[in-house]
Amino acid sequence: MTTITADHHGDHVHEHHDADHKPAFFQRWFMSTNHKDIGTLYLIFAIVAGIIGGAISGLMRAELAQPGIQYLQTWAQFSDGPSATLDQAYHLWNVLITAHGLIMVFFMVMPAMIGGFGNWFVPIMIGAPDMAFPRMNNISFWLLIPAFTLLLGSTFFPGGTGNGAGTGWTVYAPLSTSGSAGPAVDMAILSLHIAGASSILGAINFITTILNMRAPGMTLHKMPLFVWSVLVTAFLLLLALPVLAAAITMLLTDRNFGTTFYDAAGGGDPELYQHLFWFFGHPEVYIMILPGFGIVSQIVSTFSRKPVFGYLGMAYAMVAIGVVGFVVWAHHMFTTGMSVNVKMYFTAATMVIAVPTGIKIFSWIATIWGGSISYKTPMVWALGFIFLFTVGGVTGVVLANGGVDDVLHDTYYVVAHFHYVLSLGAVFGLFAGFYYWFPKMSGKMYNEFLGHLHFWVFFIGVNLLFFPMHFLGLSGMPRRYPDYPEAFAYWNKVASHGYEIMAAGMLIFFVNLVWSLVAGKKAEGNPWGEGATTLEWTLSSPPPFHQFETLPVID
Amino acid sequence: MKKVKSLVLAGLLAFAPTLAMNGPALAQENAAVAAPATGNDTAAADSASHAAAPAAEAAPAEKVAAPPRMKPTLGIGMPMPGEITLQKQFSPTGHTARWLHDVMLLPIIFAISILVLILMAYAMWKFRRSANPIPSKTSHNTLIEVIWTVVPVVILLVIAVPSIGLLADQYKPAPKDALTVKVTGYQWYWGYEYPDNGIPEFVSNLLPRDKAGANGEPYLLAPDNRLVLPVGRPIKLIITGADVIHSFAVPSLWVKMDAVPGRLNEKSFTIEKPGVYYGQCSELCGARHGFMPIAVEALPPAQFDQWLLSQGGKLQGAGAATTAQAPQPAAAPAAKL
Repeated sequence: MTTITADHHGDHVHEHHDADHKPAFFQRWFMSTNHKDIGTLYLIFAIVAGIIGGAISGLMRAELAQPGIQYLQTWAQFSDGPSATLDQAYHLWNVLITAHGLIMVFFMVMPAMIGGFGNWFVPIMIGAPDMAFPRMNNISFWLLIPAFTLLLGSTFFPGGTGNGAGTGWTVYAPLSTSGSAGPAVDMAILSLHIAGASSILGAINFITTILNMRAPGMTLHKMPLFVWSVLVTAFLLLLALPVLAAAITMLLTDRNFGTTFYDAAGGGDPELYQHLFWFFGHPEVYIMILPGFGIVSQIVSTFSRKPVFGYLGMAYAMVAIGVVGFVVWAHHMFTTGMSVNVKMYFTAATMVIAVPTGIKIFSWIATIWGGSISYKTPMVWALGFIFLFTVGGVTGVVLANGGVDDVLHDTYYVVAHFHYVLSLGAVFGLFAGFYYWFPKMSGKMYNEFLGHLHFWVFFIGVNLLFFPMHFLGLSGMPRRYPDYPEAFAYWNKVASHGYEIMAAGMLIFFVNLVWSLVAGKKAEGNPWGEGATTLEWTLSSPPPFHQFETLPVID
Repeated sequence: MKKVKSLVLAGLLAFAPTLAMNGPALAQENAAVAAPATGNDTAAADSASHAAAPAAEAAPAEKVAAPPRMKPTLGIGMPMPGEITLQKQFSPTGHTARWLHDVMLLPIIFAISILVLILMAYAMWKFRRSANPIPSKTSHNTLIEVIWTVVPVVILLVIAVPSIGLLADQYKPAPKDALTVKVTGYQWYWGYEYPDNGIPEFVSNLLPRDKAGANGEPYLLAPDNRLVLPVGRPIKLIITGADVIHSFAVPSLWVKMDAVPGRLNEKSFTIEKPGVYYGQCSELCGARHGFMPIAVEALPPAQFDQWLLSQGGKLQGAGAATTAQAPQPAAAPAAKL
């Protein structure tokens, strides 16, 4: 995709008839079939979910700031009534970790990455007027609302020891079957079903759009890397989510209809659930990070004023990560008692993923090498992403070793690892993309100073929050504990202070968001200059309601 | 009359250790009565609490005193405040694994992270717009792309060889004469049974904060009854779960194995030094997941035998084998389902 020079003379002439004819408010936002409006809805949804999920992690860090149980019993009175027992308070802890995980994965990162940026920019970047199935796009989004409602509502229904689903986001049987009586877990499972259906529909839509609706001249090998990343992600979604649906459907029947898929007493096996779950769960982590790879590639190229280094290698590295990502799932299960030969295979296969990931990291560095770099806010976030993702990636190589995992599995080392690749990887990618495309989406410039300030405060905060978790994990602190031995107090305190700084960073973000929407300078069609070569920058900011009524032609 | 009733009640509790979840104090009192031969201090009483059932049942033909409850050593078998690395290891696989982590993995991941940081920092400074207004147009270089594909492959191969070796070493089946202990995870406590030595299951509950403090043991790491194991003798744990999945983990022995209902997972290892090694449940198992600690008390072989006898158990080995009536029950189903 070295240079895409759009040739769409016709556009400005014809645009004016009905391109900007917008439907009335209710029709526009509640019955929308317009990819940009649906993208906006997805982004708003993700921000709301992110606030809730982030607030939950704030509750957890408050409780963990020092050893002992300080707040849980008070909070339990809200979910379990004034006579909440200590066990119900402990159960509430499990509800919090479950809700935080599910919300951040299914209702924040995925809707923002794929639903938000994917919807907004995939059609524009390939020169298409809209998604292939606009009405399916609508239902994809609106399915998320009942899904999220079910998940949040489950907190107020019995789920075993106390109210709410306290199974962890992995929903392992038999804790989630015989171990959690009451409708809360059923509601959480149904929530996952609906969110999964939403994502499958979205994936079908993206695959069809990208394969069929590219503008003349836009071959697969000229597609921007963000489009490549969404294409690979959509295939992962399409292949992985049905397996999750099957796994949790069997949970439902085990819970309610007396089947024994996961119960050894009836010929089933609890490990079966884990295999099915992680066959979905491992591709899922690439589903969350691949669009981030795409966003970072666009940004690094734009602000270095250089085409992406090794474009084909970058595209096929993502394909390779997607393919290999399907055959490494059991590295999440090293301590379940698998045979040693199976462990050896999964150790070796997992380490292979480091190779395409390394190609991507080095190619990004090679892209800025020799460039003419300007440090606008999106670029700073993208560079932060590259380094922090590297740190999260190398601890992945440590965890890949089945023999070493025997001591690190289910400790805070794992928590540190996946927050470095997600909370510091995917989320940095999200912020990078948000600042990069904010002028395009809103027509207003964000505040550059506040953007940089947000970056630095957030960067310091999350590192202080998550880096000490490596230490906690190495010295043996298990995950999902509301209370811990005195010895772990120090680094937990540091981590909780990190959360406070991170939260201050988020406040800056919201101030910037409101300020920019109200008083931001008007954005030009292309605020980033000659480095921005993809098609969205050839349109006005914000783009017309319907773009490319005359298809652009790519040289 | 009332006194008799409460005594009977206490006795019942002691005979049914699985019921004695919240009554370790009661059980201990009873144990002290049932086995008055122990001339030991109060520390012994704790360890003897689970002895109540077998000791009382067995004919008072031979009364062997249990060795005194071992005091933990600070920094051994437990995390230390502000610690930034792995706990000190006390098993051969622990040493190999720690070597792999400390000598291979940690330096490699540090080097990679620093390399990326330096390359980025250099490029960010050298190619800033004010210093380099005209960007280069280079977007391919086959040689460098091959290098950054092949070099990581080589690094991974270098890691893979000892890593696979470690796995092979770690999961070697235990020898025939290994001491077998069945470990069962319950919501929310552990049960330990010595099938080859005739010691029935006794349970291990969280030691409350005040008792742990009084014993000089870390709260949340210390249980009332410990899993007592011999030093230097191969040990085979048969691990299973009774209700939901738990995970039996002792970081300083490099042990972590899930306790899965319906499965018998096997974990074999050897402990090098006497000591108390703490661990915690490591798989989410419900409300009190964080409150079912593990402690391994490793005794020198002679003291371990003494402990076995004090619990009414039989010794293993050449002499004991002839009189042993139970034909090694755990040997066959040890493999995975």
